[in-house]
Amino acid sequence: MSTQEREEGRQIRCLIAKVGLDGHDRGAHVISRAFRDAGFEVIYSGLHRAPDEIVQAAVQEDVDVLGISILSGAHNTLVPKIVAGLEEYDAFEDTMILVGGIIPDDDREELLEMGVAAVFGPGTPMAETIEFVRENVPDRD
Amino acid sequence: MTAAESTGSDLVAELLDGKHRALARVITKIENRSPGYRDIVSRLHAHTGTADVIGVTGSPGAGKSTLVDKLAKTYRDRGDTVGVIAVDPSSPYTGGAVLGDRIRMASNVGDMDVFFRSMSARGTLGGLSTATSDAVKALDAFGKDKVIIETVGAGQNEVDIVRTADTVCVLVQPGSGDDVQMLKAGILEIGDVFVVNKADMDGAERTVAELEEMIHMRENPAAGLNTGHHGPVDDEEMAEVAIDEPDAEAWDPEVVRTVATGGEGVDELIDTLAAHAEWLRESGRIEDKARGRYAEEIRQLVRSDTAALLEEVIDARGGIEALADDVLAKETDPYSVADELVGPVRDCVDEELDR
Repeated sequence: MSTQEREEGRQIRCLIAKVGLDGHDRGAHVISRAFRDAGFEVIYSGLHRAPDEIVQAAVQEDVDVLGISILSGAHNTLVPKIVAGLEEYDAFEDTMILVGGIIPDDDREELLEMGVAAVFGPGTPMAETIEFVRENVPDRD
Repeated sequence: MTAAESTGSDLVAELLDGKHRALARVITKIENRSPGYRDIVSRLHAHTGTADVIGVTGSPGAGKSTLVDKLAKTYRDRGDTVGVIAVDPSSPYTGGAVLGDRIRMASNVGDMDVFFRSMSARGTLGGLSTATSDAVKALDAFGKDKVIIETVGAGQNEVDIVRTADTVCVLVQPGSGDDVQMLKAGILEIGDVFVVNKADMDGAERTVAELEEMIHMRENPAAGLNTGHHGPVDDEEMAEVAIDEPDAEAWDPEVVRTVATGGEGVDELIDTLAAHAEWLRESGRIEDKARGRYAEEIRQLVRSDTAALLEEVIDARGGIEALADDVLAKETDPYSVADELVGPVRDCVDEELDR
């Protein structure tokens, strides 16, 4: 490996996605900015995205991390659609899915079983989320 | 065959087979300079050369992303497939970036035949333009009819990137400055097509007039002899003109008005881009451009490879800081150090060239 290769190395890429009808993206902005400041490359989806659009963006951008922010309570319908879409493009295995927002405790387990790596509720310290990403980002060749 | 090589050839096969995942992964390898990426790009080379590559640049807020979105949509409506690479700046301190242009690709959501990819200015030493042109090759080999590179026109790096395009389109916002600003802006010299976007705003006509005047000023006086205006010139006329005045066949940049938010002027812009592509082919400039690009690419690669080799030599001599310490202690000087480091390389070159 040349010096240039060593220096340029690998960069963690994240898609921060707002999916469904909820219209509040302050949290998504805050996390995007925190990830940027942590040295990640962040792609922000914008509001009101359909699961298909999120899948398209995650596949094309080849992100390591997909952070889904949901406040509307629709996570039980939206997240499975995204998981299925990623599977369709063989992208599920090496995309780490995080869910942030208002998620009742009962639903957490279900999301984790579905393949979501972690659920971060309100008040999670930003440093904790960043640390989680750094430690658990899927290893690629 | 190493593991990296074998996954590389699988990836290339899948990319050529039309798998989006493979295309996305190849671009990631190119961006990361992952082991085996060079081999991948080498394999792709033979499959490139069919896409029209269009560079779109302009100051922040000129409406590039919105226009690119509408361009992509219009190309799709006409039956073409589209690849877009949007380059955004990254923080020089953390390397982090927010790549925000995807938000504006609203007309093309759910359409996988528009492949949109965000890239950040990660690299150094011309690394970004190399990575961008390699990513363009991936999209070209994948079979995209049109590849659009979008970048903020702020500095040298961006100019380099845009030069990897066949046709360069510069966006100007009405009221973006007086005619002195227009004279100052070096980026205006690289445009084949100028777009006054937000043409419904006050001052749009003045901006158009200023642009046209500026283009007129930079023109070779002989260019006025070309009565064919911007359209394709017939062969006879071309041959005649070429004999006594080679510059007379130069492309005369066009100014197009658009309102990207409503899609107005986009068809006209596409026609102008097509006219430029046609001119490139008919005049043979397309080969000149490609030759120039490959020459620059080879230089770039040779430079960075040589630099990497010399970095190894520096490491072997105890690292750059140790060498700097020697200079600081007045034991030696920078010229002598450079001479010692490069000397063995020079000897090899002398031997190779039989001097």
